[in-house]
Amino acid sequence: MSDKPQTVSGEPILRTQGLTKRFGGLVAVSDVSLDLHVGEVHVVIGPNGAGKTTLTNLLSGDLPPTSGRVMFGGRDIAGSSADQISRMGIGRSYQKTNIFLPFTVFENARLAAQSRTPHALKVFSRAADFAEINRRADAALEAAGLTHRAQRVAATLSHGEQRQLEIAMCLATQPRVLLLDEPLAGMGPHESQRMVELIKSLTADHAIMLIEHDMDAVFALAHRLTVMVNGEVLESGTPAEVRSSPAVQLAYLGGEELLHD
Amino acid sequence: MESRVSRYLPYLAFGLLALFPLTESTFYMQLLTKVLIMAIFAMSLDLLVGYTGLVSFGHAAYFGLAGYALALMSPGYDAVSLWWTLPAAVAVCALFALFTGMLVLRTRGIYFIMVTLAFAQMLFFVFHDTKLGGGSDGAYIYVKPSMKLGDFELANLEKPAQFYWLALFLMAATYLLLHRVLGSSFGRALLGIKVNEHRMRALGFPVFRYQLASFTLAGSLAGIAGYLAAMQYGFVNPEILSWHQSGAVLMMVILGGMGTLYGAAIGSFAFIVLQEVLSNQAWFGAWAKHWQLAMGILIMLVALYLPQGLAGLAQKFRGKPAPEAADE
Repeated sequence: MSDKPQTVSGEPILRTQGLTKRFGGLVAVSDVSLDLHVGEVHVVIGPNGAGKTTLTNLLSGDLPPTSGRVMFGGRDIAGSSADQISRMGIGRSYQKTNIFLPFTVFENARLAAQSRTPHALKVFSRAADFAEINRRADAALEAAGLTHRAQRVAATLSHGEQRQLEIAMCLATQPRVLLLDEPLAGMGPHESQRMVELIKSLTADHAIMLIEHDMDAVFALAHRLTVMVNGEVLESGTPAEVRSSPAVQLAYLGGEELLHD
Repeated sequence: MESRVSRYLPYLAFGLLALFPLTESTFYMQLLTKVLIMAIFAMSLDLLVGYTGLVSFGHAAYFGLAGYALALMSPGYDAVSLWWTLPAAVAVCALFALFTGMLVLRTRGIYFIMVTLAFAQMLFFVFHDTKLGGGSDGAYIYVKPSMKLGDFELANLEKPAQFYWLALFLMAATYLLLHRVLGSSFGRALLGIKVNEHRMRALGFPVFRYQLASFTLAGSLAGIAGYLAAMQYGFVNPEILSWHQSGAVLMMVILGGMGTLYGAAIGSFAFIVLQEVLSNQAWFGAWAKHWQLAMGILIMLVALYLPQGLAGLAQKFRGKPAPEAADE
């Protein structure tokens, strides 16, 4: 393959160290350490229940970790609330589509963009009057390929378009780090292809952590690959390294088909 | 886009209402004054229920507190000035709403309903069981507050028409204020919180602060209504902050249609007119005593067949979907 993703050297923008989450006796995420770099897609794969979404929740502030550190911008942000983490520049999309269904597509993106304005609670200025916010909302919709749907009510979009809107909202908050939780889930082949192109186009300016089951997409996008099983990191490295790891082949990828490529 | 007609409709309504005292019908003027006061109350609750997604079952606490504040500030037979007693009563409500809001907003759904009810009941028993406001007998406001500019008397509130105009003015001001607030970035964020609180948090909105601001504003505006109501009756007792009162205003909001300001106003009008009609002995005889039974059935019918309330009915006739979304 000619456009094989290349890893980036240098300091990671986000680094987890020994990140652990326990729910009672269950260890959902156990001692996970991984790095995210701007310009790289770090794909996390693993069977259902491996702790991938829990890991995302720990990074996005939806859940506080039991122990471990999340270093971002030179400080430990573990345990910060979801809204604080979002304002720091870490955006996420959800596995299960999580948008404002009764609002128009534009209003979904506009609200996301509005979240970046200082919270001086501009009570008396009309929401529609903020040109800068509207511009950013438009740009996010354009990037996600939804401009032609701007005035539609979000609930009337197709599943694939709603997934695109997820990403657009995430982009409108202008994050440095993107946490994408199965953006291709439930998409047809055509829609999947568009989403892969979209994620590719975002790679240069963002550090992306991608959780995905679609192996074609995984190998098309991944600069780094981490395999999780039972909450633990089984293997982590470049796709080639991971592919040739005996442990991974045994435990998860389990197929000769991955040996050749 | 808001059509030109619907943009000016509220002003037309305020204008027509302002002419009502020309009929010189004191009975209906006083009834309409009550409607205007309850419309302020219902709109303030709609800010929570219809726009922030917080169903409060203790909103009478702020209504009643302002009434008691006025009673306590005017103990004698001299008129106190409205210029400072109204802001003071509203400030008391704002502070109480800020305080209770910080606690109740940690809960959601059914728990939020229960905790707001609990705070209102606590306040009920404070006034019911202590001498502070005359206990269960309540307290009188012998003279209505004055509105003087120097020596000039701007309005004599003892006169029904002038009191009516004050209520209308404050109702219109409340409507316009809320309309403006809800059209702002702040209002859009509240709607977002109502629709999907979790996503708002993930987008970086400090949801708690927005809710607290909304809760405090709602409590303050309920205070304006409570102040006027106490003035109208010249009397307060613990009933004005009982759960019956909280329930009645919630019914007005549901009847009129949640999430539309004018719906709340229409709901208070419908509720009070229905109450007058259904409890009319000349028409309903012995049944008039049981007007709440008929009212209950009507509210149920509205909830079943008109989930958008009477405001939704108006939109149905115009063939437009209800403006659930924040596009205009």
